[in-house]
Amino acid sequence: MKIAVASGKGGTGKTTVSLALALTAPGKVSLLDCDVEEPNGDIFLHLENIKEENVFVPVPHVDEQKCIRCGKCSEICQFNAIVFFKTPPMIFKELCHSCGGCSKVCPSSAIIEKDHKIGVVIAGNDKNIEFFQGKMDVGVAMAPPVIKKVLSKINDADFNVIDAPPGTSCSMISAVKDSDYTIIVTEPTPFGFNDMKIAVETVKKLSVDFGIIINKADTDYLETEKYCQDNKIEILMKIPNDVNIAKAYSKGTPLTEAMPEYKTKFVQLWSRINDKMGKK
Amino acid sequence: MKEIVVISGKGGTGKTTVAASLSVLAENSVVADCDVDAADLFLILRPEITENHDFYSGKGALIRQKECIKCGLCKELCRFDAIELDKETGSYSVGETSCEGCGVCAYFCPAKAIDFIERLCGERYVSQTRFGDFVHAKLGIGAENSGKLVTVVRENGKKIAEKNQSEYIITDGPPGIGCPVIASITGADAVLIVTEPTLSGMSDLKRVLTLAKHFNIKSFVVVNKWDINHEITNEIEKYAENSGSFVPGRVSISQDVTKAHINGKAVVEYSNGITAQEIKNIWKNITNQL
Amino acid sequence: MKLAVTTTGKDMGAPFESRFGRAPGFIVYDLDNETFEAIDNSMNLNAVQGAGIQAAMNIVKSGATALITGHCGPKAFQVLSQAGIQIYNTEAQTVAQAIEFFVAGKLAPLQSPDVGGHW
Repeated sequence: MKIAVASGKGGTGKTTVSLALALTAPGKVSLLDCDVEEPNGDIFLHLENIKEENVFVPVPHVDEQKCIRCGKCSEICQFNAIVFFKTPPMIFKELCHSCGGCSKVCPSSAIIEKDHKIGVVIAGNDKNIEFFQGKMDVGVAMAPPVIKKVLSKINDADFNVIDAPPGTSCSMISAVKDSDYTIIVTEPTPFGFNDMKIAVETVKKLSVDFGIIINKADTDYLETEKYCQDNKIEILMKIPNDVNIAKAYSKGTPLTEAMPEYKTKFVQLWSRINDKMGKK
Repeated sequence: MKEIVVISGKGGTGKTTVAASLSVLAENSVVADCDVDAADLFLILRPEITENHDFYSGKGALIRQKECIKCGLCKELCRFDAIELDKETGSYSVGETSCEGCGVCAYFCPAKAIDFIERLCGERYVSQTRFGDFVHAKLGIGAENSGKLVTVVRENGKKIAEKNQSEYIITDGPPGIGCPVIASITGADAVLIVTEPTLSGMSDLKRVLTLAKHFNIKSFVVVNKWDINHEITNEIEKYAENSGSFVPGRVSISQDVTKAHINGKAVVEYSNGITAQEIKNIWKNITNQL
Repeated sequence: MKLAVTTTGKDMGAPFESRFGRAPGFIVYDLDNETFEAIDNSMNLNAVQGAGIQAAMNIVKSGATALITGHCGPKAFQVLSQAGIQIYNTEAQTVAQAIEFFVAGKLAPLQSPDVGGHW
């Protein structure tokens, strides 16, 4: 089973919820941190057997002997990654989206594709949690290939928890698209509500079943709950606005350790999600 | 005219809360919302839109069904799994959110049945608010914020500020350290980095400070909800000052912020509690430094 | 020789622009004939990425052999160097002033990119 944890914007408690889910899973679990621009999941775990695996994408290399200086590679490239003026083309790997157009269009087969490293996937385990974290190299603009690599680590574990990137960009979509169930974490404030609605629309568009966790829940703001009721969206859990939770987070202590009663709540949440998936 | 960009590194640290208050405090100013992924400033400023423009960025493929010969070459060539085959009808179509905009399918289509057209990514607006002019934008689902959109919104703000002879431009910048952030700070007079006293906040702050330093922009660092963790707050402030940054104050945890926002107001407008006073003081210190 | 200057305007009195890739335009000044031409770079404001590279290509196409701008990133620098175009920094206020500084020999050529690329 694949559960994605998403949020309309950063800082709502997505990582807190992902960790709590992983720490309470009723079986073998993998936690996949796809927040590759700001990966923070490892701060909360005591990882052992850490391994790093490089992530590569294919980028073009020009064989200057074979190049006939036609400039077609530069013409087809939509990403300004190939510059051509009389001398053999210059290639800017950082801008390449690995579409393969240049090598396909080259009339003299002067362009071959070679692997270029854009990041790493760090793997490790903390007791029964298998943890995978994608990290983009500095200077890289393309998150989706790193996310894809992290998602490729989904294995025979009974449960996979995916910590998705914030927002509703294509990175978030890559992480949520193939999940069996998505949990959207939000906070009941005007900002949080506005961002949540956008996340809800996105998840709906992807036809993925979902529910909401309201974090920092005891404000006077009722729009979030009202919206969920009106639109028949299930509120899975409410986590109170407790300064002790914030303090624990600040020091890198997971919620289920700081507040043991949340262990029970997340165990119950797992069985609810299990039931839902069973009915399908 | 001074342009101050509010950024954060990590999302959800209270960047927009501070930006909204600065919009109130900075008299004779233009406000620009460049955080188009989580464009929330409008909830406080409650703008009346006077101009809206479609925003195009990059291109996307579109298959003309009538001319498609169903050869499947596009699907074979696409590296982004963006071409979908309807198994019942045998027809091909482009998945909007997966299409990378490389144009390879259109280039090689033997029937020339694929259009490669500018992609509508969202809308941008010029508005009136009770604090003056406001420029902002809204992205479509699955669309990315880009250096381009940020640049367009900023230019728009600058033009209006020049026309009005405004004293300040207050910009709510995007989170992260990527291209949109760089596009939002280059050439600005100062950045105000709003962070939180957590290990995650600390690690993201370091990266964003490096960025500001790199572009030679004066930086201010404010720890929001500092009372969550005194130690990390001290550590962050020390780190900031050692990196040549200025700490104009801290902001405490308070219920006033959410209450103000629920009422569609910035916190300095809503109450005169501790948070409001702290932010007022921060603004005073920033203007003195500039 | 021809000299390109980044600007927000279309004539010699126009304000100098410190950005390169996303500069609205260039004035290309011919030192020999004392004539100038305004080149539009605004299409480039449209580039999702690689604005510096495209702008560098616009300079190459203009026939200029020197460029005066505020900052130049690594990719644009690489393209311009490959094309044999020398880059100069200035803090001039107008295009005319930038050219004046250049002619007076007050500007030193940039040996390496002075700002990081966008990442």
